[in-house]
Amino acid sequence: MGARVDVTPAAAALIRSLRERHGPLMFHQSGGCCDGSAPMCYLEGEFRTGASDILLEELRIDGVDEPVSFWMSAAQFETWKHTHLTVDVVPGRGSGFSLEAPEGVRFLIRSRLLSAPPHSGSD
Amino acid sequence: MTVYSPPGSDGAIVAYESRYDHWIGGEYVPPVKGQYFPNPSPVTGQTFCEIARGTADDVERALDAAHGAAGAWGRTSAAERATVLNKIADRMEANLEQLAVAETWENGKPVRETMAADIPLAIDHFRYFAGALRAQEGTLGEIDDDTVAYHFHEPLGVVAQIIPWNFPILMAVWKLAPALAAGNAVVLKPAEQTPASIHYLMSLIADLLPPGVVNIVNGFGVEAGKPLASSPRVAKVAFTGETTTGRLIMQYASENIIPVTLELGGKSPNIFFDDVSRADDDFMDKALEGFAMFALNQGEVCTCPSRALIQRGHYSDFLAAGVKRVENLRQGNPLDTDTQIGAQASNDQLEKILSYLDIGRQEGAKVLIGGGRSDLGGELSGGYYVQPTIFEGTNTMRVFQEEIFGPVVSVTSFSDYEDAIKTANDTLYGLGAGVWTRDINLAYRAGREIKAGRVWTNCYHLYPAHAAFGGYKQSGIGRENHKMMLDHYQQTKNLLVSYSPKAMGFF
Repeated sequence: MGARVDVTPAAAALIRSLRERHGPLMFHQSGGCCDGSAPMCYLEGEFRTGASDILLEELRIDGVDEPVSFWMSAAQFETWKHTHLTVDVVPGRGSGFSLEAPEGVRFLIRSRLLSAPPHSGSD
Repeated sequence: MTVYSPPGSDGAIVAYESRYDHWIGGEYVPPVKGQYFPNPSPVTGQTFCEIARGTADDVERALDAAHGAAGAWGRTSAAERATVLNKIADRMEANLEQLAVAETWENGKPVRETMAADIPLAIDHFRYFAGALRAQEGTLGEIDDDTVAYHFHEPLGVVAQIIPWNFPILMAVWKLAPALAAGNAVVLKPAEQTPASIHYLMSLIADLLPPGVVNIVNGFGVEAGKPLASSPRVAKVAFTGETTTGRLIMQYASENIIPVTLELGGKSPNIFFDDVSRADDDFMDKALEGFAMFALNQGEVCTCPSRALIQRGHYSDFLAAGVKRVENLRQGNPLDTDTQIGAQASNDQLEKILSYLDIGRQEGAKVLIGGGRSDLGGELSGGYYVQPTIFEGTNTMRVFQEEIFGPVVSVTSFSDYEDAIKTANDTLYGLGAGVWTRDINLAYRAGREIKAGRVWTNCYHLYPAHAAFGGYKQSGIGRENHKMMLDHYQQTKNLLVSYSPKAMGFF
């Protein structure tokens, strides 16, 4: 169980399937506007992270050899750091350039306070 | 009261085609890979047409068409291009009601809004840029007695535009009008959540444009948006969306050394000083409407006034009146002209909003009204409706810091002017803000100190052409809605001319 970020079984299954089809993956949590406030899934290295980003977690997914990195901009992390994040997946349409959108689904973040008990059914 | 029939049904004033291919080179072209995806209406959740699923091959074809058309279009006179834009505006005006109903069906927003705002603003936008183009002129500088620097505006050539789903037609027009006025050819990708509205618009105006000047490639961001935004064959990328994709587009642009304009959202403060409640008059009524504006367009506006900051002296009374105002908002069938709040644009948008209602409660924000999904019954049960929601809390909570993009406002209080400005500016974003006061000196000072591209002063959510719109901080780069956007679609050509027959004397 990740200290800061976990994935639901449904999200893990989608990550496995995207990994098989596309290659190693990464997430970058987006900020505001239309498709925003959502975790964007890219090929590892597609999105160039830098000093303005924080690596929140190296997600370990069953059936995926390498860890999947989960990033967020450092400024945004300041307002998110008191919460634990769970990557879930819901039926959906678009999400920027995120890899899952053409599958008719979309990654979604569910949150809980770090001091609170786990989100039911999410961990 | 009028309730419009769904497009394509008996008694409807407008119909969508059952399928839309890509609009390339002045004709519909099926996708190279032959794939399509369903397009549901958020009003009912039911699919109403299917859309070509574009890939890099389709983008290349569109770029071929655009490059074929760009030269001649860029050489047309300003008068000719302005005439085309004005004719587009006239055609849209003659079909305003149809455009409004079509866009409402695809986006879920109330038809009273598309009739009164989205479409009239789009029409005026074409007229504005037609006028701005006619009035634009280059400059000349007399360097010395024999040397003159002439500055000409030239089109960039072929530009890429990626359009959001919250105002499918208006946001497309905000980008199309200046680009076309400036003499560029365009490859445009509509949002995959709302890809059909722009095709209905094209069905009305296509004959007014030379083939290849406007090309539309449908599809998903990763499959069609990415090859477009990263193409070495585009001279500029314009994007409205969120921060991570905005950064990614800048990264692609850096590989090709091309400019971008970006509009990336906000968390706009709406500040109500004590003196607003000094009298129970028209102004007070207007301020309460301004408070309730967070629910306009279901909150799916980058400038949604999603943080209400109310001064302590009138906090309780003003907030109580604000809650009452929101209680009286009418949510319902978006095709009903009495409806004020319609459906969220997509299922995932609905899910995201609900996830924020959850974390807001967990963080201890108090729900004053709303707080959940709405089930409007009947065939609307499958639609994506959220109750207008007022949270009361503190500015460090995530519902105060993140763009929810739903009909959700987070309310907190402030003690004095300094506290108001500090809280207003305590955000990553800087797109819009609202200031409400009867003291014009206070309004001016506050407006200048808030770090946002637009500060609505004693008003909110007005988007007239000729008022520059764009972001400070992480809200983006560039100013739309104003003649200065012409510059973002033009190169500057300097002819440095010597009128002296004499050698310079160096060699």
